[in-house]
Amino acid sequence: MDIFDILGPVMVGPSSSHTAGAVRIGSMARTLLGAKPVKAAIHLYGSFADTGLGHGTDRALVAGLLGMKPDDLRIPNAFDEAKKEGLSYTIDTIELRDAHPNTAVIEAWGEGGKHLEMHASSLGGGRIMVDKLDGIKVSFTGEYNTLVIRNLDYYSSEAAVTTILSQFRINIANMSMWRHKRGGESLMIIEIDQHITPEQVNFIGQLPGILSIIYYDKEEGDDVSGFDEGNL
Amino acid sequence: MSLDSMKEIFELMSEKKKPFWEIVLEDDMETRQVTRSQSIAKMLTTWQAMVDAADSYTGRRRSVSGLVGGDGMKMRQYCIRGEALSGGYVSEVITEALSMAESNACMCRIVAAPTAGACGVLPAVLLPLCKYEELSQHQLLEALYVASGIGAVIAYRACIAGASGGCQAEIGTASAMAAGALVALRGGSGAQIGHAVAMALKNLMGLVCDPVAGLVEVPCVKRNVIGAVNAVSVADMALAGVESRIPVDEVIDAMGEVGRRMPVEFRETALGGLAATPTGRAIKRRMHKPLS
Repeated sequence: MDIFDILGPVMVGPSSSHTAGAVRIGSMARTLLGAKPVKAAIHLYGSFADTGLGHGTDRALVAGLLGMKPDDLRIPNAFDEAKKEGLSYTIDTIELRDAHPNTAVIEAWGEGGKHLEMHASSLGGGRIMVDKLDGIKVSFTGEYNTLVIRNLDYYSSEAAVTTILSQFRINIANMSMWRHKRGGESLMIIEIDQHITPEQVNFIGQLPGILSIIYYDKEEGDDVSGFDEGNL
Repeated sequence: MSLDSMKEIFELMSEKKKPFWEIVLEDDMETRQVTRSQSIAKMLTTWQAMVDAADSYTGRRRSVSGLVGGDGMKMRQYCIRGEALSGGYVSEVITEALSMAESNACMCRIVAAPTAGACGVLPAVLLPLCKYEELSQHQLLEALYVASGIGAVIAYRACIAGASGGCQAEIGTASAMAAGALVALRGGSGAQIGHAVAMALKNLMGLVCDPVAGLVEVPCVKRNVIGAVNAVSVADMALAGVESRIPVDEVIDAMGEVGRRMPVEFRETALGGLAATPTGRAIKRRMHKPLS
């Protein structure tokens, strides 16, 4: 937690968990889908289901799917924006076992036939956690630049990926691997300290055993060129 | 932030011969690996967002539930008529706190400080002061670093979310941040900032989080007012030389303990307090329509 988690985020109200966090969940789903979403089925659980209407959680999730950030003034009108952008959606409630009280399940279909099912929870203060991806249990927050790599579960593809990252001079902050069952598909979640270029992401995607790769770049900092404290 | 006690900040102040705000700034540069300019520019952007939020309040918007909206404007008109008992600065603090917290409830853009529900407290004490006193951007910046440093210490030692520690953790922390910012703006010492923070938290200790229908509306909007007015009172006391008999870090720890031992009904679950009153329950039934 840094001081701008205390003084911030700059966000559209009313709730950092039920509104700002919901926008981030939607936006995370859009990134992980890797395409512009055209259809989405949103399922709300727990407090999201109980108080989501009053907190604008429904609109916030749709806003995120449209690529909006938590401070976007169009969030209250996200349903109209979705019509303009050609995104059709349904929103209902769902029962889950052992889920965080603020959980959303998003099924999204993107241009080019891409599909994603994501479980994510809103932890408070606008922070989120992705709990499940396409049926595989995971755990990551998007607080780091993150590589989400689907690979075949044999011959330790992670060794190839980490070797390449080291050659790119990219430091791994956290890394985890998740699989449903042996010999199937598995997921590598790699949180990194630096940014990675699209070319570098592509390169990793070509390594043997890698099925797909998605790069989530955390929100960018401010441009401070030309800033002079002496002028204040 | 790596600073985990107010005492540590005071010690760094005397060791480095630097003011409170600069200790927080340097810690931010280290924590986020940014330059001094990058940190300051981000703080200025944050301040501008607060100013913009205040400027865009019209009093015409209503929350989704219809429970909240327009009270900030009522208060402003009352102040303009010169009828306010509190008068001058304090009546404007009340107005600003109501307006900002309403803006949040009505899905306008605000700055969480430390949470969205408590977003009205800090700007409420700072914005009216800009009218009454010649404050440079740099002075405001310093006050914001002080406020955020205080909030970070409280977040580390105790908690800042209503779901974790009740309203004392949200509005209480916001009030402590605002009090420290005011003392810093008036050139108070580190020790005086500490006393103001301690007194702000002590005065609100035990306050429960009992939002009607689980929404950040009732009583949240008006609790922003008590957080802001409390901040002004304790800042004045600290500047007058009044001291907290319990050291500030111990007060923060006590608030955290009270939060941890607070029944779950009083921690944002909308199962107790005002939320569980007959009227509170009726509002919840009305709001509890299935989504879409």
